[in-house]
Amino acid sequence: MNRDVDALRVEGLSIAYGGAAPSVSDVSLRVRAGEIVGVIGESGSGKSSIALAMMGLLPDSAKVTSSSMTVAGADMQDAEESDWAAVRGVRASMVFQEPMSALNPCMRIGAQIAEVLRIHGVADKKQASARALEILHLVRMPDAERRMRYYPHQLSGGQRQRVVIAIAVAAGPSLLVADEPTTALDVTVQAQILDLLRTLRDETGMGVLFISHDLGVIGQLCERVAVMYRGRVVESGRAADVLADPRHPYTQALLESIPRPSVPVRSTLAVIPADNHFAEVPAVLEEAR
Amino acid sequence: MSDRTLDQARDPATPAVSVDSMLRVNHVSQRFGHGEHAMNALDDVSLEVRRGETLGLVGESGSGKSTLARAILLMRRPTSGSIEFDGTDVTGLRGAALRKHRRRVQMVFQDPNDSLDPRFTVARSVAEPLVAAGLGAAARRGRVRECLEQVGLPGDAAERFPHEFSGGQRQRIAIARAMAAKPEFIVLDEPTSALDVSVQAQVLNLLVRLQQETGVTYLFITHNLAVVHHVAHRVAVMRGGKVVEEGTGEQVMQSPQHPYTQELLASMPALYRT
Repeated sequence: MNRDVDALRVEGLSIAYGGAAPSVSDVSLRVRAGEIVGVIGESGSGKSSIALAMMGLLPDSAKVTSSSMTVAGADMQDAEESDWAAVRGVRASMVFQEPMSALNPCMRIGAQIAEVLRIHGVADKKQASARALEILHLVRMPDAERRMRYYPHQLSGGQRQRVVIAIAVAAGPSLLVADEPTTALDVTVQAQILDLLRTLRDETGMGVLFISHDLGVIGQLCERVAVMYRGRVVESGRAADVLADPRHPYTQALLESIPRPSVPVRSTLAVIPADNHFAEVPAVLEEAR
Repeated sequence: MSDRTLDQARDPATPAVSVDSMLRVNHVSQRFGHGEHAMNALDDVSLEVRRGETLGLVGESGSGKSTLARAILLMRRPTSGSIEFDGTDVTGLRGAALRKHRRRVQMVFQDPNDSLDPRFTVARSVAEPLVAAGLGAAARRGRVRECLEQVGLPGDAAERFPHEFSGGQRQRIAIARAMAAKPEFIVLDEPTSALDVSVQAQVLNLLVRLQQETGVTYLFITHNLAVVHHVAHRVAVMRGGKVVEEGTGEQVMQSPQHPYTQELLASMPALYRT
């Protein structure tokens, strides 16, 4: 893996569905090699559309435009499906929220990982199984030898998400896009999966684009963050800076709406008024902080 | 009977505010399965919820928190132990006595889409507990309007359908329905877990305000310690069917005693611990 090449770089990304107003407008993001970048937003902010666009997974009804788009070193601006097929799962791969729907319920997990290795030409039929076991070790699957022969339903939610991550990193991608990968998990399991993502990043040098609605999780994992509101990035910068010293009124309101021990018990939490003008306030981007 | 008011509909034997305890769970165990496959979903759980207060019940998947809620709501008879409501053992209530008890207790679940009938107008959903309480049509209409106003929904909400509302508004409708028959006790099972954080803030504010206005008692079930710390007077932490720790929100979050509570706290993102 070339560590001088950005894992992801997109400029001026806009996404519109059908004839509707764009759900993502003029978004620029950069994920350097070995960096974890968070995209935070509430429902409808456009964050998941960005994740899908970075993998060429949006439906044909979505109109994607950008002034430049480089995914795992490949120029993907105006790319065709055949171009994406060469990148997706190999140089860039994705992890979703629900591990059960990402796995084949009728196939042993070892075979599912081996299948990915064969499809992407990483290992031939003979080596695939041994390599699958190595990858299960890489994602810290406890008792991996035995679990190779398990079906997804025999695993816990956290173990299933480890398998999904194993499949995603099997071909050694330089970009991992993770869309709410810990949202369905208990908090103790969430902490383990966040640790795993950090460890994998350290060991492989891949870049991670981490999509979440959870400011706490973003703060825990990401080096840099982009805050989305109504399809735009309203604030970006080092995650620690943005959380400790939010400059945009939307980011400020979002942080103040979280119940935390520092907020007086049963006091009124800040809410985001329906008639706010946050969308008109100029974005506070990293360069300007 | 059709023109009784809600207050008349209440059991006249209900003692006034003499007892401090609204709900007592006494040594409740719930066993599922038989022989070597048997498991204790609840293992000798004892809890008390004081009148007008909120008890926060925290636990992860499989901790038994929802099984305990079902036992408290008398939806499933526990294997052993008893549920005491307002000083009376209600564990074995049946028939008319059970129906009478149920008017005093309500619930709000995580997903309002599952608890609101999409074919019913908001007014019809909110009025359901009032029909059960024997209120007449005119009294029901008045009370529905009052409840919708109380939870901050627009005036024309009554004749609209659930799909016309956002997730946060739908949860307000579910809360309006829970409040309609003026219950004394409401079980809230992850009422904000499916909501965006800014919408969660609105719903938490609403729940706190309604408690201050009406004196209703809450059992607030959640996996989120920070939420429970904010709303609850006391917090109980469950794991493996047992209550492993109980105390005020400050005690549990600032000086957790049980190793599991400590692990739970250490797993929380730092933002929610400060």
